[in-house]
Amino acid sequence: MAAIDYDMLANELRRAEQEKRELVRLTAQYPEMTVEDAYAIQERLVDMKRKDGYRIIGPKMGLTSAAKMAQMGVNEPIYGYVFDYMVVPNGGAVAMSELIHPKVEAEIAFILKQDVKGPGITGAHILAATEYIVPALEIIDSRYANFHFTLPDVIADNASSSRVVFGSRLTPPRSLELDVLGASLSINGEAKAFGAGAAVLGHPANAIAMLANMLARKGGSLKAGDVILAGAMTEAIRFASGDVVFALFDQLGTVSFRATE
Amino acid sequence: MTTLQTEKWEYYSKLLLKSERERQPLSPLTELEPTMTVNDAYQIQLRTIEQKMKEGHQVVGKKIGLTSAAMQQLLGVDQPDYGHLLDSMMIENGGTVPWERVMQPKVEAEIAFVLKRDLVGSRITVLDVLQATDYIVPALEIVDSRIVDWKIRLEDTVADNASSGLYVLGGKPIPVHSVDVAQIGMALYRNGEVVNTGVGAAALGHPAFCVAWLANKLYEYGKELRAGEVVLSGALSAAVSAEPGDFFSARFAHLGEVRVQFAL
Repeated sequence: MAAIDYDMLANELRRAEQEKRELVRLTAQYPEMTVEDAYAIQERLVDMKRKDGYRIIGPKMGLTSAAKMAQMGVNEPIYGYVFDYMVVPNGGAVAMSELIHPKVEAEIAFILKQDVKGPGITGAHILAATEYIVPALEIIDSRYANFHFTLPDVIADNASSSRVVFGSRLTPPRSLELDVLGASLSINGEAKAFGAGAAVLGHPANAIAMLANMLARKGGSLKAGDVILAGAMTEAIRFASGDVVFALFDQLGTVSFRATE
Repeated sequence: MTTLQTEKWEYYSKLLLKSERERQPLSPLTELEPTMTVNDAYQIQLRTIEQKMKEGHQVVGKKIGLTSAAMQQLLGVDQPDYGHLLDSMMIENGGTVPWERVMQPKVEAEIAFVLKRDLVGSRITVLDVLQATDYIVPALEIVDSRIVDWKIRLEDTVADNASSGLYVLGGKPIPVHSVDVAQIGMALYRNGEVVNTGVGAAALGHPAFCVAWLANKLYEYGKELRAGEVVLSGALSAAVSAEPGDFFSARFAHLGEVRVQFAL
């Protein structure tokens, strides 16, 4: 059995993203790959992107819905990182030629006013440390053929991070009930998916708290100013060139983008 | 258009009433009577409601069903349907449903409209509905089917009072002018765990649009929505099957919570 070369696999994933090329899942070749191996590959990948000159906007949570966790047979969500090159302006264009087989989800993001370091962090700690909530559309784009992957594969692939559109309005969390905050996602004016914050681990702040606790295992923490995606409030929807994707969030405003060639 | 004779309407209405009384599900009516139309089905439903009124039940409102794109696709239809709410179908918020009251129940969370003015006409709009609304409250609808294994086509569910079972109103009533009903978020919990979430727009884009559809549909049958009626405007998420002992609750933005317990 070949030893897992973290650097080599991270580089393969990085090139697949750059070249818009589908990979066969890593666990097909390395069935013994663990979650720890996968995060080690993700770390190498993140380092490479930073050396390429990209800046981290914030960490993000993935697999935060009961349905997705059941589908993957796991009981803990995963995390990855959003970089500056992934951010598309609200109302801007997402070029399909830069992506493989993207899907879009409605989410909310937290902007922290102070660092938060686990363990022992709860949703209440997160709400107290949050300066603003901002609505978002996250575009996920697995580098694996047909979104076919196991848990270590998707972790190594930076949790399928690809693009993100943030709304233009920041709202302090104080008056919001985030678990019953509703969102609807439409494509070309046709409603496609609906949800509320409770779809994210019962409450979006719980997802951020879990992230702080997961990062703490490796000595990491959440930083003031980080913009942190909590996880999907709706199912992920495919879109195509020419589509206008629009999400409406109760009390938080709207987010949209156009998909171009 | 109807194809069946009035005696058949009576016959199927009696079958449905017997099924409910004896808790014995029926084969789909559309298998017994393949030529049955939707209008026949509404006539069967009306016979059932008239019979229940003779037995002392009172109509207190209506419910709208098939309001999601997913449900409409499943049944191959392009419009909702409706049924009647009777006083005997109401469960108090936090109350218990005796298992003998249901057959194969599922739970849906909805926004209920209570009207302060009659809504009469064939050209009722969303704004008419909002103006005629006294308040909205969160609701749990316990849908149920007298048809075996929920093997329903449109005509089956319409004849079966739109698969109505019981309903619970809860939370706090609020006027509609202070919120955008289409943006009200909802989380549905079974035994304390989130089972699904939704938002007002999941009901055909806007719950008040569903109520407007109902007012216009009723007018076709020479009927109307009356001040004081409760209208369950349509599910905001998929229906969830209930088992004996289950506790369901739904929380809504701005509207609070509604709860129900199924007895063991």
